[in-house]
Amino acid sequence: MIHALTFYLFATVGVVAALMVVTSRNPVHSVLWLILAFFNGAGLFVLMGAEFLAMLVVVVYVGAVAVLFLFVVMMLDINMIGLREGLLRYLPIGAAIAIVLAVEVIALFMDWTMAPEAMSLRAAPVPDIAEVTNTEALGNLIYTRYVYLFQIAGLILFVAMVGAIVLTLRVNPQVRRQSIATQISRPKSEILAVEKVRSRGGI
Amino acid sequence: MEELLREYLPILVFLGIAAVVAAGALAGSLILAPQRPDPEKDSAYECGFEAFDDARAKFQVRFYLVAILFIIFDLEVAFLFPWALSLGNIGVFGFWSMMVFLAVLTIGFVYEWKKGALEWE
Repeated sequence: MIHALTFYLFATVGVVAALMVVTSRNPVHSVLWLILAFFNGAGLFVLMGAEFLAMLVVVVYVGAVAVLFLFVVMMLDINMIGLREGLLRYLPIGAAIAIVLAVEVIALFMDWTMAPEAMSLRAAPVPDIAEVTNTEALGNLIYTRYVYLFQIAGLILFVAMVGAIVLTLRVNPQVRRQSIATQISRPKSEILAVEKVRSRGGI
Repeated sequence: MEELLREYLPILVFLGIAAVVAAGALAGSLILAPQRPDPEKDSAYECGFEAFDDARAKFQVRFYLVAILFIIFDLEVAFLFPWALSLGNIGVFGFWSMMVFLAVLTIGFVYEWKKGALEWE
């Protein structure tokens, strides 16, 4: 009962938030609606028992991706009125594509039958959640069975890191930085001279 | 499954309370406070002069670089959680698989340190 109610709550708010992402006038508001949609997605993940994914959605998407989107929206400095101009012109073709896609998906699921032996042929059946927690079940698979995919994920992160630095980092030679290593490694002979000063003489 | 969701019930209650408090604050100020808007009250306020332009100024791209580097290490840490939980089950191979993953990202980390991407000008 509460389960179904919560599902419909999250699903409705999620769909409404997603609609508002597309239709709101101010791109910053769009990003805020997107954050709400992410939260509802996390709620739906929890309802399905995928706790780890839900927490990842909150940490990665809400915590980091949404911030990146905000930066991009701020940085691009989009002309808000210009963006709206094509909406009515492209509405028919967009709606047509959406309807075709919806019909295809509905037809697929109406026709979908599962072979009776399919459930026993699964490569990695989901363990009972009462015995093995969600996160542990994932951990048992990612690092051994799916080791190549895991390493590819690492390489993709590496490429993203290098790419971001190559694309955006501009070192300005005008800027003076403090280099503590150079400072403290200067020998006394270079910077200090002891002069014998006669009184009333000056140097 | 049922027990799992029961653990999340306090969060659901908390969400409900948060929604009620937020809606209550908005509705309360709408009902109780006098509403006499005029153009001067509704316009953006900048101390002493008319607002110059839109609040959305262009950012320096460095902010974006910091954010994207944060996201990458965020994901790296996300991969560490399941690994730490199931380290007893996945054995030596699982351990070294994570070490290779960490080594690749450490190379990236050294690169960005040496390039000066972590320093502000």
